[in-house]
Amino acid sequence: MAEAGHSAGDYIVHHLQNLTVCKQDGAWVWNQCKGNFFAVNIDSMFFAMLLGIVFLTLFGRVARRATTGVPGRLQTAIEMVVGFVDQSVRETFHGKSDLIAPLALTLFVWVFFMNLMDLVPVDWLPGAAALVGVPYLKVVPTTDVNITMAMALSVFVLVIYFSIKVKGISGFTKELTLQPFNHWAAIPFNFVLEGVALIAKPISLSLRLFGNLYAGELIFLLIALLGIWQLPLHFAWAVFHLLIVTLQAFIFMMLTIVYLSMAHEHH
Amino acid sequence: MDINMTLLGQTIAMIVFVWFCMKIVWPPLIGAIDRRRKEIADGIAAGEKGQKELAEARHGSEAILAEARQKAVQVTDLAHKRGSDLVAEAKNVALAEGQRLVAQARGEIANEQNRARDGLRKEVSALALAGAAKVLGREIDAKAHAALLDELAAELEKGAPARG
Repeated sequence: MAEAGHSAGDYIVHHLQNLTVCKQDGAWVWNQCKGNFFAVNIDSMFFAMLLGIVFLTLFGRVARRATTGVPGRLQTAIEMVVGFVDQSVRETFHGKSDLIAPLALTLFVWVFFMNLMDLVPVDWLPGAAALVGVPYLKVVPTTDVNITMAMALSVFVLVIYFSIKVKGISGFTKELTLQPFNHWAAIPFNFVLEGVALIAKPISLSLRLFGNLYAGELIFLLIALLGIWQLPLHFAWAVFHLLIVTLQAFIFMMLTIVYLSMAHEHH
Repeated sequence: MDINMTLLGQTIAMIVFVWFCMKIVWPPLIGAIDRRRKEIADGIAAGEKGQKELAEARHGSEAILAEARQKAVQVTDLAHKRGSDLVAEAKNVALAEGQRLVAQARGEIANEQNRARDGLRKEVSALALAGAAKVLGREIDAKAHAALLDELAAELEKGAPARG
């Protein structure tokens, strides 16, 4: 639904623009923050935190009332998710950690919720926001590279932390320098190789999620330009996208578990 | 598409959410699931045990039933035997009693006969004496003629079976 007076390109660019706030020359300004590191994407933060709170409220309520006896339907649904995550963690991660399973659950459900925002028709929330004077609104937090990168970097920090905690500094250093060729002369080569592999983890983790959702959003926008034909196409893409939404949330969780499990393993 | 402070904001949000999930959400849920799993496992085990016990009890009850049936047959046989024994015994007792009663009755009849005969004999003796006294016209001394009278009485006695 390209608005009158806007070209298709403008429409897409507008919809892919975050609502950004930053301080410029001592005053807070909206959306004039190109290249300013101290800007904040208000829309991404708002929806990410809203969905995180939705997740914690929903699961927290059920957890507080969790009964050992016959569970209600909501509790059963929540328990299925928890059981699924728990099983995924058990199958992959063989150490003992109180953090990894809740971390995996949070990432899975939170990312799933954030991805799911992609299924809200692309003009509804930005249109409603425009009516109250908000010029830009990007409703899918995972189409913001900041959001996915933040989660991937947090996981990366945990990977480093557990690597050092389990193997010690020397063990971790050895892992980076004496693999794959265990010879002193190969240390620089090994270090470059392992360093790239290590750095690639958070980057691939964040960009995979970001890229999938960004592309999905872009296709929704392109479909939205087609007038009446968007309806069947939108439906078809939404059905397909539902798969991507779930799959990407699962992959993000699973890779987090795998990375942390690798950090715990001795080679 | 710039990297900016959103990165930091999201990191803080994630730390808070994960911490909250780890402290508040995960333990009760996984605890409830694990406890229920244990309860279900226990329940299934108890059910299997109960079924096994039921099968054993059914087996035992069949054995007891068969034994009882056999015992009942034995008891019935015994009762039949005992019954016929009792009947036979009662028959014997009754027979013996009957014979005894008959013998007693016979004895009594014989006694009565003897007594009646004695009576008759005395009366006949008295009549004979009275008759003789009238014939002789005088008193007969019963003592003096006791021997004669006894002889007469003995003769009457001899004649008695023919009459009596």
